[in-house]
Formats: sequence, C-alpha cells, structure tokens
Amino acid sequence: MATRLPEILRKNQQALLTEWMAEQKSSLSRKLIKDAELEEQCAAFLRGLERGVSGEDVHNLDAQHWSQAKEVLTAVSRARGQAGYSPSETALFVFSFKKPLFARIGREVPQDEQAAETWTATTVLDRLGLFTTEMFQRSREELINRQQQDMLELSTPVVKLWDGVLALPMIGTLDSARTQVVMETLLQRIVETGSAVAILDITGVPTVDTLVAQHLLKTIAAARLMGADCIISGIRPQIAQTIVHLGVDLGTVTTKATLADAFALALQRTGQTVTRIAHAKKKKKHEDAEKDGKDRD
Amino acid sequence: MERIPILRMGKYLLVTIQVDMHDRLAMQLQEDLTTRIAKDQARGVLIDISALDIVDSFIGRMLADIAGMSRVLDAQTVVVGMQPAVAITLVELGLSLQGVRTALDVERGMRLLEQSLGDATFAGRADEDDGPGGES
Amino acid sequence: MAQVARAEEIPVRVETDVVLVRQAVRTWAVQQGFTLVDQTKIVTAASEIARNTVIYGRGGVARLEAIVEGARKGLRLIFEDHGPGIADVEMALRDGFTSGSGLGMGLGGARRLVNEFAIDSKPGVGTKVTLTRWK
Repeated sequence: MATRLPEILRKNQQALLTEWMAEQKSSLSRKLIKDAELEEQCAAFLRGLERGVSGEDVHNLDAQHWSQAKEVLTAVSRARGQAGYSPSETALFVFSFKKPLFARIGREVPQDEQAAETWTATTVLDRLGLFTTEMFQRSREELINRQQQDMLELSTPVVKLWDGVLALPMIGTLDSARTQVVMETLLQRIVETGSAVAILDITGVPTVDTLVAQHLLKTIAAARLMGADCIISGIRPQIAQTIVHLGVDLGTVTTKATLADAFALALQRTGQTVTRIAHAKKKKKHEDAEKDGKDRD
Repeated sequence: MERIPILRMGKYLLVTIQVDMHDRLAMQLQEDLTTRIAKDQARGVLIDISALDIVDSFIGRMLADIAGMSRVLDAQTVVVGMQPAVAITLVELGLSLQGVRTALDVERGMRLLEQSLGDATFAGRADEDDGPGGES
Repeated sequence: MAQVARAEEIPVRVETDVVLVRQAVRTWAVQQGFTLVDQTKIVTAASEIARNTVIYGRGGVARLEAIVEGARKGLRLIFEDHGPGIADVEMALRDGFTSGSGLGMGLGGARRLVNEFAIDSKPGVGTKVTLTRWK
C-alpha cells in the first residue's frame, strides 16, 4: 500500500525542518554542535528520508532507495560520536522527528488512514534510529581499536635507571591487554639488560581493579622466577584503599611511596651506593682545618 | 641411559640443562644430584635452565624438590636463567616454586651462593620470600 | 564452527612420547603464528595432559588440529585414552600440586593456559581432554 509520507515530507519541508530542530534542541541537554551544522544534517536527512519512503519497499532498509538516508545517518553518528554525544543522544536525532511528523500526519491525513500512516512512520523511524546506534557503535569500536594500537605501540617504556635497575613508569589506566604487553616487555628487558631490580611506578595510574592488580602481581612473580625483584612505588592513597578493599595480597612485594625511595632501595639491593664527590669533601676538610688553626692537608 | 652431566666447581655443583627432559631423565638428575652433594660435600647447587623453553609442573616440582633435598643436606640451590615466556607460563600454571632461589645468570647465581655461605642472612635481600627460612 | 585445516595423530604411550608431543605442538604452534608466550603456554598445557594420558590413562593418542574460524587461526589438541577414567572431575580440576602430594594432575593448570578446555571422562571407559588456543 502506498504511503502518503513522501507527499507530506515534500509539502511541509521547511515547516518540518524548523519544528524538528526546535524539538532536538529542547531534548538535547547539551549543545555540542553548531546550529548551522545541525540544520545541514537535518535537511540532508529529510531529503534522504523522502527518497526512502518513496521507494517500493519502504520497510526494507537494505533497499537501494534507503542508501542516501543511511549515508547521512552514518555521517551524523560519526560526527556526534566525535563531538561527545552519547548513543542515545545520537539516536534522538531520528526519534525527535516523530513528534513533528506525527503532528503533520494528524493534520493532513484522512482520519481512517492516520493509524496506518503513523504506524509506517514510526516503524521506519525506529529502524533508522537503531541504525544510528549501530553506526555509532561501529565508529566507536574503530576509534577504540585505533587508539589501542597507538597506545600499545607507544607502550609503557622500560627505562634503565642505573646499572642493574630498571624502571617502568606506568601512566594512565591499565587494562588487561596493556598490562600483558607491559609484562612481557619488562621481562624481556630484564633479560636483555641483566637487571636484578625493576621499579614499577604507578604514580600516574588513577585506579586499579582486581584484574589489573592480579596482572601486576603475576608480573612480579614471573620476574622473581627469573631472578629479579620488583618494587612498587607511587601508590596513591586511593589505590592503597582499593588494594585493601579488594583483598589483594601484596605478599612480600616491597612498596615505596616515591620513585626516589624505590631507587635508593634498588641501589642498596644491587650493592651500589651514592657518595659525595671528593672535591666537596676536600673543601670541607679545608674549612675544618682553618677553623682549628691547624693545616690538616 | 643418558644422564645430565653435573660439574663440580670447588664447593659448588653446576648443572646445565640443555635437553628437553622426559620425566625419567629428570628423576635421574634429582637422584644424581643428591648423591653428588653428599659425596662431594657440596655447599651449593647451581641449576642453569637458560636453555629450557618449557618448564611444566613436573619439572617445576623437580626443581623445588632438588632445592628441598639439598637444603636437608646443608646445601643451597639457585636456579638461574629462566626464560621470560617460561616464567609467565609457570605463574599462570600456579607454580610459585617456593623455596627455590633464583638469579638472572650463572654469575649472579654464584654470587648469591657465596653470599649465602658467608653468613646466615642474605645481604640486601632480607624481604625475599624464600630467604632466611631456607637456611634452617 | 571451526574448520580443521590439518590434523595429525601421535601415540602417547610411554613417557618419552610426552617429549615428542611437546615438540610437535611447538612446531604446529609456530606454524600457526603464535607468539612465543602463547606457544609456551600451549606446549606446557599439552605436556601436562600428555603426561596424564601416559600415567593415569595408561596410554592413548594425541590429535593435533590446525583450526580456522573466520579470520582467526588456532590449535586444537585432543587427548584420548581408554584408561580407568576420572571419578570426580571437579576435584581433579582443583589444583593438586600445591599440596605437594604428587597427586594434582595438572588439569587445572592446563585449563588456565588455554582459551577453551573440555574434559569428558567416564570411569571404566576413558578420558578425553580437548585444549584449544587461538592466535
């Protein structure tokens, strides 16, 4: 059965556009895109929508006549995702069109056809709304994958602090995949550099969950088996609380408040020490000698 | 039957495992080592596993048992050179190898043995989980 | 459903066969493009189960399968014996070796090293353990 929707859309283009934009602005709690941009998106969608409902198989989104509308929606989803909108806010782009469209249907369609037209309109818009959600998800996943790749590549650098001492400054939230990469990199570097002590500095880690804590503990256990010791430094009070609340058992792992403290301990453990240089010593000697009035040199 | 050679270096015994051991070979090694420790009155055993790309629960237990037996015979055991992939896998398996002291390489392992014979505590390694308890 | 691209069967009857299984699994894992750590994990798991097959299963067979599912590649190992079977699988899966009693069949450990683990055992009939690791 042919639908009157194409006609309704064509005749009331401007009015629908205006009403729809007003509807969106009132339903969106945040304004993250400019009005001009929004208008462009809406106009483009309306054109695509008209094309879609003019086609033979109105309900089949895979049909050719729907490709224009889907293209617009894909672009809108991506843009909204990047702008920081949520999937729901993005879907609202489509759903907020229902009110103006139904109003029009009520005014321009004969009484006995209204129910059918409304039903067609609502199912079509529902499908399109869900489509935006799918597109939103997909572009999000793509973004996340790209970012993950970048992160894993930048990785967590393993730094040689001194002979036999490595440091692993961890920054940002740790997830399972990253912690695994970090673990393998650290162990590899331990072998390569012959370092017996590794300092895991988590000053830059905002939160730790059970899984990440377990991974860290596994890393430390593996390093031990290889003959290296780990020291954890930079544990923030919040993380200390989390560790206790989660019931994570640090066992015999040494922890130090700061990287500096950890470094001092690492030096001690590797049988090294830091001494003041002779020049300063000699100067002091000289000063002492002058005070005593005797020449000690 | 083939046996894994045991070298003597002063008061220490050195074993380098370079073959993929089947169980019986591993048990033979354990036996041979225990015999040699007693016979040579060795004070330390160094087991180099840097060539092993697999350590399963059986071999892991063998290492722990060797450490236990030598301790009873008043000798210290140090296992050196575990490969990263092996270490990761052992941890995943759940084997902690308690009571087995480890070092990165033969040189460090020797140093560790020497330190342990010097006095009762381990210099600078007081908070190691298999430290002082291993002495008695 | 995973498709089998290649398969091989290795007898697992005496303990020297355990070493052969390790070596075969290593070769196959390398061919499937596993990372070094993943290779080590699957070979170690295979070693545990192969040993069980010899000692508790009184000998059996190991079947190695290179599998493909969509875009991903993997390795499936099936260990089968007609030994006495395991009466209490649940208990066997719990870590026994930490108790140091020499029991503890390495099943729980092997399970942790692979992505998919299945065990089918009936007392008096036999045991079948399937390990799968994906690249």
